[in-house]
Amino acid sequence: MTVHIEDAPPRVPGPGPSAAGPPPPEKRRRPRTRWLPYLLLAPAVLALAAVLGYALVRNVLISLQEFGRRQLISRTTEWTGLDNYRAVLENERFWDSVVRTFVFMAANVVLIMIIGTLIGLLLNALGSKMRLLLSIALVAAWAMPVVASTTVFQWLFDTQFGVVNWVMRSIGFSGYEQHNWFGSGTSTLAIVTVLIVWASVPFVALNLYAGLTTVSGEIWEAARMDGANGWRIFWSILLPIMRPFFLITTFLEIIWVFKAFTQIYAMNEGGPDRRSETLPVMAYMEGMGQNQYGAAAAISVLTLIILLIAMSFYFRLIFRQEKEQS
Amino acid sequence: MRKILLNGSALVLAGLFLFPVYWMFATSFKSNSQVLSKDPVFWFTPTFEHYETATGVNLFWTYVANSFVVTIGAVLLALGVALMASYAIARMRFRGRRGMVIAVMMAQMAPWEILIIVVYLNARDLEMLNSIGTLTLVYFVMALPFTIWTLRGFIAAVPKELEESAMIDGCSRPQAFFRVIFPLLAPGLMATSLFGFIMAWNEYAMVLVLNKAPDAATLPLWLTQFQTAFGNDWGATMAASSLFTIPVLVLFVLLQRRVTGGLAAGAVKG
Repeated sequence: MTVHIEDAPPRVPGPGPSAAGPPPPEKRRRPRTRWLPYLLLAPAVLALAAVLGYALVRNVLISLQEFGRRQLISRTTEWTGLDNYRAVLENERFWDSVVRTFVFMAANVVLIMIIGTLIGLLLNALGSKMRLLLSIALVAAWAMPVVASTTVFQWLFDTQFGVVNWVMRSIGFSGYEQHNWFGSGTSTLAIVTVLIVWASVPFVALNLYAGLTTVSGEIWEAARMDGANGWRIFWSILLPIMRPFFLITTFLEIIWVFKAFTQIYAMNEGGPDRRSETLPVMAYMEGMGQNQYGAAAAISVLTLIILLIAMSFYFRLIFRQEKEQS
Repeated sequence: MRKILLNGSALVLAGLFLFPVYWMFATSFKSNSQVLSKDPVFWFTPTFEHYETATGVNLFWTYVANSFVVTIGAVLLALGVALMASYAIARMRFRGRRGMVIAVMMAQMAPWEILIIVVYLNARDLEMLNSIGTLTLVYFVMALPFTIWTLRGFIAAVPKELEESAMIDGCSRPQAFFRVIFPLLAPGLMATSLFGFIMAWNEYAMVLVLNKAPDAATLPLWLTQFQTAFGNDWGATMAASSLFTIPVLVLFVLLQRRVTGGLAAGAVKG
């Protein structure tokens, strides 16, 4: 789902069609080619419009309706204008959820980027045997399906038989006899953070390492000769070279963590007492749990707006990249 | 000294990243009394009882079949539809091309997690809940944008002259496509279908709302069903999670080079 800095297929020089540039003169203009592209695109456009486009539009429509269990069964439509938005914006729980979502996202992204960068640099510095070992471990964590890794983390942090409580006891914290890690919203989200960071760091580390291998070793040599220390090299050489990577990856992580659903929902269903609900989980719970589909749609729309802002920054970066490359 | 420090931290980190995966597999082979012991057991004789519990569930083979049908169906649909679309985008000039490129890029980032409820309501209104077809359709659309995007790159990388010379030699455009471009796309088709497979195989949120009925559900719902209000069967949960993870691990090993080469990597994360 990402557009990458190093496009996997190599760009073959030649008069290939690029997004910019004048169209090459057509050799034999056939009238057929005029509608052919539209015919080829039709199935894709139809499928996307029917499933994704329609969902986006209907999401907005439902957010302007009174839509609960009764309307679901009787299939009636009752327009109420902005009532849902008013109710949501006056709801204390919504604002708690907004703050929670942003704090959760910031904590995750900062941890992912810092730890991912450090491990990426470590991969670059290791010998080949150790590098392979660490890469295998990273890929294993990355490859775990989210549902499976969520159940594993529930088990690791289990109150009675979880290995984490045993570790805590073993290193001398006797308070962890039957510590309930899922007893509060904050603690639940902390565990989800550990899970997401564990699963997301490999992506950053391995991609950073892949990027570093394209930087020639002579640069480091030259910097060392000039007497630059590790810090200095990182700030003045590595960061500028890898800047596009850092920017794009950070935005991607922001968007991914912001819309994370499975990890939070499967961990504790937004509990205890709805106190680990981020916006996507809250929208789901309002809809499926409370049958307040109108309110759920309003929360979804507001969440989408926040996401769109983050995505617009991301796409601006991507387009700037494309321009620089072509 | 520096080397010892580097290798030491690499070892510790590898241990940390592997531990949850190891613990999942280890737990799945322990006897029930070893799973439920206050101090974790590290040495044990493997037993398969939890695998018997997990796979002995009512309708287990239906879950397996559903997962495979939905996943493979969605991938094949996506490949076919994306091939046509990406060929048009990569090789033809037409009005609205740029808009199409932007639309595909935007659709790649589609926040499906936030549209769960609406997709559920739409499916319900059309009486399409608890259907394998509906789930296949949704997964196909989820996989479509990145499939188009990736294949577009692969098609653009094939020199245009190859196609043109084939056409001068008397091939029609479709013939030129199937004889010249298609064989060169094999690696691209392979990689994108593996990504699509992993995405659909792992998907949990949609199946949670669309296909709750056991005979229409897929494996992600199966592996969460051993946690009930009466307590959790951790052994069975870990056995189920292990079985579910193995195919993905295998695919990842196959994909490793491509993944770090940075090809549609987010498809796996989503």
